[in-house]
Amino acid sequence: MLTIRTLAKAYPTPQGPLAVLRGLDLDVGAGQSLSLMGESGSGKSTLLHLVAGLDSADGGSIHVGETDITRLDDAGRAALRRQRIGLVFQQFNLIPSLTVAANLAFQARIAGRHDPAWQNTLADRLGLTDLQDRYPEQLSGGQQQRVAIGRTFAMRPDLILADEPTGNLDEESGDAVMHLALNLVAQTGCTFLMVTHSARLAGMLDRQVTLVQGRLA
Amino acid sequence: MSRIWHALTALLSHWRRKPLQLTALLGGLMIATALWSGVQALNAQARESYDRAARTLGGDAVPSLALPGGIEFDESVFVALRRAGWPVSPVLEGTIRLGETRMRILGIEPLTLPAAARMTGETSGPVDGALFEGFMAPPWRAFAHPDTVAALAGEEGLPPLTAQRDLAPTLLMMDIGAAQAMLDSPGRISRLLLDPGMSAPATPLAQATDLPLEWRETDTQGDLDRLTKSFHLNLTAFGLLAFLVGLFIVYSAIALAFEQRLPMLRTLRALGISARMLTGVLLVELLTLSLLAGIAGVVGGYVIAAALMPDVAASLDGLYGADVPGTLSLELSWWLAGIAISVLGAMGAAGYSLLKTYRMPPLASARRQAWRAAQRGWLRVQGALAVLLLIAAAVLMLFAEGLVAGFAGLAALLLGAALLLPPALALILRAGQGAARGPIAQWFWADAQQQLSGLSLALMALLLALGANIGVGTMVNGFRDTFTNWLDQRLVAEVYYNARSDEDAATIRAWALAQDDITALLPTLNATTRMDGLPVTVVGYTDHPTYRTSWPMVAIAPDAFDRVATGEAVFASEQLATRLSLSVGQTIEIDGWTATVAGIYPDYGNPKGQISAEITTIAKVFPTARRGGTGLRVAEGRTQAVISAMRERFDLGDNLIDQAALKGYSKGVFEDTFAVTAALNVLTMGVAGFALFMSLLTLSEMRLPQLAPLWAAGVTRRGLAGLELLKTLAMALFTALLAIPLGLAVAWCLVAVVNVQAFGWRLPFHLFPGQWAALVALAVLTAGLAALWPINSLRRMPPVRLVRVFTDER
Repeated sequence: MLTIRTLAKAYPTPQGPLAVLRGLDLDVGAGQSLSLMGESGSGKSTLLHLVAGLDSADGGSIHVGETDITRLDDAGRAALRRQRIGLVFQQFNLIPSLTVAANLAFQARIAGRHDPAWQNTLADRLGLTDLQDRYPEQLSGGQQQRVAIGRTFAMRPDLILADEPTGNLDEESGDAVMHLALNLVAQTGCTFLMVTHSARLAGMLDRQVTLVQGRLA
Repeated sequence: MSRIWHALTALLSHWRRKPLQLTALLGGLMIATALWSGVQALNAQARESYDRAARTLGGDAVPSLALPGGIEFDESVFVALRRAGWPVSPVLEGTIRLGETRMRILGIEPLTLPAAARMTGETSGPVDGALFEGFMAPPWRAFAHPDTVAALAGEEGLPPLTAQRDLAPTLLMMDIGAAQAMLDSPGRISRLLLDPGMSAPATPLAQATDLPLEWRETDTQGDLDRLTKSFHLNLTAFGLLAFLVGLFIVYSAIALAFEQRLPMLRTLRALGISARMLTGVLLVELLTLSLLAGIAGVVGGYVIAAALMPDVAASLDGLYGADVPGTLSLELSWWLAGIAISVLGAMGAAGYSLLKTYRMPPLASARRQAWRAAQRGWLRVQGALAVLLLIAAAVLMLFAEGLVAGFAGLAALLLGAALLLPPALALILRAGQGAARGPIAQWFWADAQQQLSGLSLALMALLLALGANIGVGTMVNGFRDTFTNWLDQRLVAEVYYNARSDEDAATIRAWALAQDDITALLPTLNATTRMDGLPVTVVGYTDHPTYRTSWPMVAIAPDAFDRVATGEAVFASEQLATRLSLSVGQTIEIDGWTATVAGIYPDYGNPKGQISAEITTIAKVFPTARRGGTGLRVAEGRTQAVISAMRERFDLGDNLIDQAALKGYSKGVFEDTFAVTAALNVLTMGVAGFALFMSLLTLSEMRLPQLAPLWAAGVTRRGLAGLELLKTLAMALFTALLAIPLGLAVAWCLVAVVNVQAFGWRLPFHLFPGQWAALVALAVLTAGLAALWPINSLRRMPPVRLVRVFTDER
């Protein structure tokens, strides 16, 4: 599902370019869940952003299925995210001016595959049925993250990229959110790539890899 | 399509949560459009009136024969000229008052009217029978503009009116016989129209008539457009200023909305909306909002123009004698142009934000700090740009010539000063922080610097409004003082009259000389000529101590009055001196007569140049000079008795004026002239106040992260509200103080550059510290009122909202 070859990325700094990814190779099979660990600055989030097409690589390739993201322009990368990739952020990134229901439906709608029945199922599974008319600011952190997960699954993505999705939650809420997310991953059969600092959460996934200075350890 | 719709829905949902921001955006755009299109409506209406007036009887295209000064003559001249083969057609012009309205009467003779002088709708034949049915015989039908026909419905003493769209709204066109009766001028005519295509008649004009008729190629009404140019340029400049101030509000609202929607834009990008589509959707959103605001703004512009139109009409009538109706009728193109300016203004104000959206990487949040750093860099660029603009303003004002260059200099000065304001305020605040002792004081100054970027546009708008107010106020007050003083010196004679005929003049003169109460008679003679192509009025005055002691002069030679009395020298008006670069001591030639300029006098309000000389000299040089008004010096306390006696004895009507009434009328014209300027001044200040209010209101929502730590440290909400209020008032005070030098520079530019270019006279530059103090107080009060609502909200804010600052991850 995801094939990465000799991926390189550096950021300009006043002291000169700072290499974050140095020829990274990675393969993740369809339906597989994988945790990405490493110290701060090891390149985890950068890798996730490059896979999501939020940033562009300096070298190497990233194939999602048959598509090489590194060869796409901005519109192409946006279309790929819209149709095939779901993102879950540590800071939820809900649209504050839309209700829970509108947030849940949003990405599915812009992908052109909104399914009200599936949305209701998701709301039910995520415990959001009674919160649909509320706005994000009226929800707790855990509830907001559940909406963000629901929004991602509502468009039935092939690949979900999660950047420390429980980083802003307490352990109990974080565990609950993780269980819900992994259940949905199992049910939908999508590929799941998660950045985390927690070995305990990483242990819940099929496979764990660690990044050290821009390469897999 | 569905993608665009959903993205648009998400973006629009922001406004539902921020209705005040939406109000600022729509309100700013609406006000900007309203003021701009209102001023354009006034200009369009006036210009249409000039065009109509110029088109009447063929306007410039039809030459005519008339006596100098427009003196009426007997209609027998018309008959004599026709018999001599001259294809002339008689015209009688005059004015009557119908209640408060002054109407111009135009009497014509349709049978002899040249083809080029006919109205639209007339056929090419000699006379359109249907059009002129009942015109030359009872019921003596008259033509008038449709609006005039409607306005005069039911008015007694008028002939039946027929609507004719081509006519000026204050004109009644009728048969010359009817006009002679209505104007009480039986057998008199004002001028004789000529066919522009006529071949030279066999009998020369001098043989055909004894009267010194002059051949006029152009109608004086055609000069109105040129004469009123400066007035309309002044209105346009104010309209533009108000439009720019309004756009400041729009720019501020859009920039703030962009900042607040940054997380949403970033999320939309992350969810698969491309930069191009996102920019497109923002463009659609802006187009929709600007169309709505544009429609409302144009309606507002119509309301403003309708409210100001009577004052504008009075100004144009008083200043230039231009007939402009006090009501509005506007073309569809004006409405469409108003909406278009709203859309273009919004696009211009949003351009930078749209460009940032287009270029914004999906990971924008990581670069937010860098963007702020770039803003600090921009402040330096802004400062440099301001200095360049101020240099350009100085160069334009000191070295460039022409009215447009004067206004361009003024625009560069205002814009440069506005751009310089944020760096200047930053310097003041930094100095304040350096001098501050104690943590709260230090926070106060530091926080004010941080708040500056959010408030700078509103403060720039306030600076522009205050600068324009001080500048225009200084100019108008200076003008008023000078004008009043000038009137007191110029109108010294207690009574003025103008006899209807030479016979009447002789009778009145004989009577006046016999009166003990009348101490002196001061007759005048008038003639017209051209100097270097410019129309010049020549006035002959009686040498008398009245003039020697009280005539105000801008420049004068030591023995000026003696030399003028001997006929070797003349006085020139300031306008003429400016236009022809004349100075005292210079020799000039007037119609073959060589004289020295012995003095230059101000002649405010007169668009034409003027030469004054001793009356007997003028009578010799200009044998056709007509009799002008006569001034009477009256023994103290006997003025009303003399006026009563003259009214009783002579039929002078409106031609007998006492000095006090004349001064009152002149001052009334002056006040009317600047009534529109004063109204626009107030509106601009209102817009600036609104800008400040909206900025403070929208910023107050973003200020919690700055205020919550102080609250947590023990400052009460009431204390925080007090600090916020103090900060706003301090910023307004600094801005108002900086507006004083700007206003004085604007005033200098108006007095020394624009006025000289527009009218030909330079006013003395007076300072009015009382006006500055009042405006500074007004600015602080405006800021205080604008801050009241957000400050009150802060004072009453539930603590939970402040607590949330520490728990909110966003």
